[in-house]
Amino acid sequence: MPALIGLEGVTKRFTSRAGESVTAVEGVSLEIESDQFVTVVGASGCGKSTLLKLIGALLPPTEGRVLRGGRPVQGPSRDVGIVFQSPVLLPWRSALDNVLFPIEIMGWPVGKYRAEADRLIELVGLQGFEQSLPRELSGGMQQRVSICRALIHDPPLLLMDEPFGALDAMTREELGLELLRVWSERRKTVVFVTHSIAEAILLADRVVVMTPRPGRIVTTVSITLPRPRTLEMEFSEEFKGYAKLVRDALGSTKGARP
Amino acid sequence: MKPLTDYGFPLAVIAGLVALWEVLCRMVRIPVWLLPAPSAIVRDTWTWADRIPGHLWVTFYETVGGFAVSVLVGVPLAIAIVYSPLMRRVLYPILLVVQSVPKVALAPLFLIWIGYGPKSNILIAAIVAFFPMVVNTAAGLESVEPDLLQLTHALQASALRVFWKVRLPWALPHIFSGMKVAMSLAVIGAVVGEFVGSDRGLGYLILTASSNMNTAIVFGVMAVLSALGMVVFWAVCLAERLACPWYLPPDGGAQ
Repeated sequence: MPALIGLEGVTKRFTSRAGESVTAVEGVSLEIESDQFVTVVGASGCGKSTLLKLIGALLPPTEGRVLRGGRPVQGPSRDVGIVFQSPVLLPWRSALDNVLFPIEIMGWPVGKYRAEADRLIELVGLQGFEQSLPRELSGGMQQRVSICRALIHDPPLLLMDEPFGALDAMTREELGLELLRVWSERRKTVVFVTHSIAEAILLADRVVVMTPRPGRIVTTVSITLPRPRTLEMEFSEEFKGYAKLVRDALGSTKGARP
Repeated sequence: MKPLTDYGFPLAVIAGLVALWEVLCRMVRIPVWLLPAPSAIVRDTWTWADRIPGHLWVTFYETVGGFAVSVLVGVPLAIAIVYSPLMRRVLYPILLVVQSVPKVALAPLFLIWIGYGPKSNILIAAIVAFFPMVVNTAAGLESVEPDLLQLTHALQASALRVFWKVRLPWALPHIFSGMKVAMSLAVIGAVVGEFVGSDRGLGYLILTASSNMNTAIVFGVMAVLSALGMVVFWAVCLAERLACPWYLPPDGGAQ
C-alpha cells in the first residue's frame, strides 16, 4: 500500500517583493504513513510552514511531486484539518458555532454535525463553554476550540502549524498531552510543526529535522517511547538521547552556512 | 454604568465656562450682536421655538438621506474594490480626484443640475460622507485574518459564502467606524447645501438670522444643530452595539 502522503524531490521557490527568487524548501522527499504523528522541528524561517502547506496541497510545489495515497494531488482538498499558531476564531460566533464553521462554510447540513461538535467539545474539556464567545475564553481554551474546528469534518489528515507557540509553557505542555489523548481517540495522520525540540519528541512517532536557507530535511528520527506519553518521560535517558540526536542534526549545518 | 463622578467633573467644567461667559457678557457689556450672553440666547431662541422644528426636520432628513445614500453607494464600491483588482485600479484614482475637490465648491454645481432644495442638499451630504464609507469598508473587508482565508480556501468554500459568513461580519466594526464619520460629515454637508441654496433647514435659519444681525438666534440654532449631530451620531453607535455586540472598541469597552 502506498504511503498516505508522499513528497518526491519537492522544491518551493517564492519571488520576493524585490523580485528575487527565494528558495523556501529544497529537494524534500518524505513519506508519511496513515495515522502517524509526525513532528517537523527547525529554527524560524527554515521552511517548516511551507512544507506543511505543501503537504496539505495548499501550495503547489515549484518542482517535484506531492502524492496522496500514491496519486499526485491537484489542489486543496477538504480532507485536511488545519490548526494555526493563532486560533483565528470568528469573534462573533460562540465556541460551538466556531467548531461548526467548516461544516457551514462547505454548505453541509449543520444539524447532522451538532452531536459530533458536542462530543469534540467534551473531548477537549470545554463542556459548559459551548455558548461562550472567543473573547470570553483564555488563549488555551481558544486553541482547544480551533482543534475541535479542525476535527469536525473528520479529515484523515491534521496539519498543525506551531499550534501551541503562542501559549505559556505550562498550558503548552498540558495541551500537548491533551492533543495526544484526542489523537488516541480520533486516529488521524498528524503533521505538527514546532520549534521546540522537547515538544517535537514528546508528541511524535517520527521527528523530521529541518535546517534553513534553503529549507532541507537533514534527518528524521523515529521515536519509540511507549504511549501514552507523560511529561516524566522528558527526564529519561532515552528522551535525552533523542534530544541530543535532534539537536546535533539541527546544528550540523550551522558552521557551514552562517 | 460608569460612576456618576466620571460625568460630574466634565459637566462641572462646562457649567463653569457657561457661567463665566454669562458673567463676562454682563460685566464687560459686550454688544448683544457681537456675543450674546447664554441667557439672551435661550430667551431669544425660545421666541423662535415654533419655527425651529420644521427646519430641524428638513435638516434631519437631508442628513439621514445623505448618509443613507453614502452607505448604499460606498459599501458596494468598497466590495468592488476589494474583489476586483481592475475595479481597484479604475476606481481609486477617481475616488481620490473626487475626494480632493473641496465638496463645498461642488454645491453651486448641484444647484444648477438638480435645483434648489432638499434633493440637492441630500446629494451634497452624500458626496461629503461617502469617501470615509468606502475607505473604511474596504479596509474592513481586507482585514480578515489571512489564516482564516487559507482555511476557507482549503475547505473549498464558495466565494459567496466566504463573503457573507466571514468577510462582511469581519468588516462590520470597520463599516460602523466609517458610518460614524459619514454621519458627522453628512450633517456638515446638509448645512453647507442649505447655505448655498435653500429656503428651509437649520442652515438657512442661521443664514437668515445672521443677515439680520440676530446673533442670539444664530447661537441658538447652532446649539440645536449640534444636538441633532449628537443624536444621529449616537443612533449609529446604538446600531453598532446591536449589530456587533461581540465587538469591544479598542478604547476599553465595558470590562
